[in-house]
Amino acid sequence: MRSVPVQAPGGLADEDTLDLPVRPARHPGRWLGLAVVAVLAAMLVNTLLTNPRFEWDVVAQYFTSESIILGVRRTIDLTVITMLIAVLLGIVLAVLRLSPNPILSGASWLFIWFFRGTPLLVQLLVWYNLAALYPDLSLGIPFGPEFVQLEVNVLITGYAAAVLGLSLNESAYMAEIVRAGILSVDQGQTEAAQALGMSRLRTMRRVVLPQAMRVIIPPLGNDTINMLKMTSLVSVIAVPELLFASQTIYSRTFQTIPLLLVACIWYLIVVSLLSVGQYYIERRFARGATRNLPLTPFQKVKKFFGWGQRGITTTEVKE
Amino acid sequence: MVAQTDTYLGPMVQATNVHKSFGRVEVLKGIDLTLRKGEVMCLLGQSGSGKSTFLRCINHLERIDAGRIRVAGELIGYARQRGGLREMHESEVSAQRLDIGMVFQHFNLFPHMTALQNVMEAPVGVRREPKAEVRERAVGLLTKVGLADKQGAYPRQLSGGQQQRVAIARALAMRPRLMLFDEPTSALDPELVSDVLDVMRDLAASGMTMMVVTHEIGFAREVADRVVFMDGGVIIEQGTPAEVLDNPQHKRTQGFLAKVLA
Repeated sequence: MRSVPVQAPGGLADEDTLDLPVRPARHPGRWLGLAVVAVLAAMLVNTLLTNPRFEWDVVAQYFTSESIILGVRRTIDLTVITMLIAVLLGIVLAVLRLSPNPILSGASWLFIWFFRGTPLLVQLLVWYNLAALYPDLSLGIPFGPEFVQLEVNVLITGYAAAVLGLSLNESAYMAEIVRAGILSVDQGQTEAAQALGMSRLRTMRRVVLPQAMRVIIPPLGNDTINMLKMTSLVSVIAVPELLFASQTIYSRTFQTIPLLLVACIWYLIVVSLLSVGQYYIERRFARGATRNLPLTPFQKVKKFFGWGQRGITTTEVKE
Repeated sequence: MVAQTDTYLGPMVQATNVHKSFGRVEVLKGIDLTLRKGEVMCLLGQSGSGKSTFLRCINHLERIDAGRIRVAGELIGYARQRGGLREMHESEVSAQRLDIGMVFQHFNLFPHMTALQNVMEAPVGVRREPKAEVRERAVGLLTKVGLADKQGAYPRQLSGGQQQRVAIARALAMRPRLMLFDEPTSALDPELVSDVLDVMRDLAASGMTMMVVTHEIGFAREVADRVVFMDGGVIIEQGTPAEVLDNPQHKRTQGFLAKVLA
């Protein structure tokens, strides 16, 4: 028995359409959007080039000057050190927070509550002025004899206050990111590890955290980029990072806008480099989690405009 | 499959009056059970009858509320102290689990490790055995379960049946004296079940002591030395497969079998 042929639009039966070519879908809206964006971009470029008060020659003059380059290096330094401390401390805080011991999880909660609950700028100022609260710091037995005594004014330099303030604040956020990552890992993973005789610590290190990384990396990258810009706050405690270096120059030359532009461009360059790094780290941790790796940005652009994609023809289907 | 030179000859599992509650729900209401060395036991019963919970109590994945469980003569989860008992520390419990292999319904392979890495992880990392030796044994085990060519595959690249066979190899790599199977074929597509059951059948034939929670009546009939039927947190019937499966005495058992075999 033959089935009744399905009627395609236009009264043709399916069998008769097999030879017809198939064109990919058109996206006229995309080209319209492109035109609007192109006009706006042209206006932006125009004002950047024609407004003399941008003083691009001054930007160029200071862009690679010694103090600016030192500022960039210090900014990167601070970001790297701060994030390293924050990630390590964040992992510890997250593990404590999830501990069955109520004292440990309570202590972790209290830490996060305090450092997330007060503004970073205020924390930085408090650390910088710690000597006013504790003029001396000593090492010894609690309530007992003291062995070493240090002057806090000497110990807590602007840089030390910056590292302390930024990393303790960030670790509170990291703790929550890591905790979310740990909770995202299936309970069965922990059980399987325990059934194999693994300790709690080993289970965390070998089984749970590597899987949690997939969830942790995107917000971690986000926070690293955020941290790079937050380091500009420590200019208020006279740490010669990028913004402070720019300010020092324009307070002398009054070329405020060009020097702020210098800082902006450098921040953008470093953030761009970080984004690229984040992208490839994410691909690395996708291992075992997806069958196919995600597209690279270049591949995505190609796909968006439909470049390199052939229209599907039905010729292969033909017998 | 793993030749075990084990001088212990007493009962492998000895449960006495085991009770367990989750909140207000009492899941185990006094289980008494003995599993001899080399014996293969199948636990049957409706879901919610407490069979999986009991299995998880044996390696202390669940803490019991009352009663005693001994594995190879050793009290699980408790140590003698000053004329009484004290609860064990995490590390002591971990040490007890080394000799007890477990296979889960949902495999629980580590997805970020290849099949071979999954099998090697615990012997190298926990037992601290030399890597080369473990690798050789792990390759041997993967070959035995029919996956010699899948050593480098990640779990997500394997079918359910293949994953479960890797999971069995992973448990065996620790050279356990006892294997616990928690519904090992319940999450599998029907056509993949037999591959896993074949591996388990071979393992039973090699003399491994096994406790299997399952709904595979055919497997129980063919492989089990003893079938235990649980209902409502108690054991209501046990005996040889012929006794329990072909001539059940208890109404609940009859009802369950009628449904499963229908």
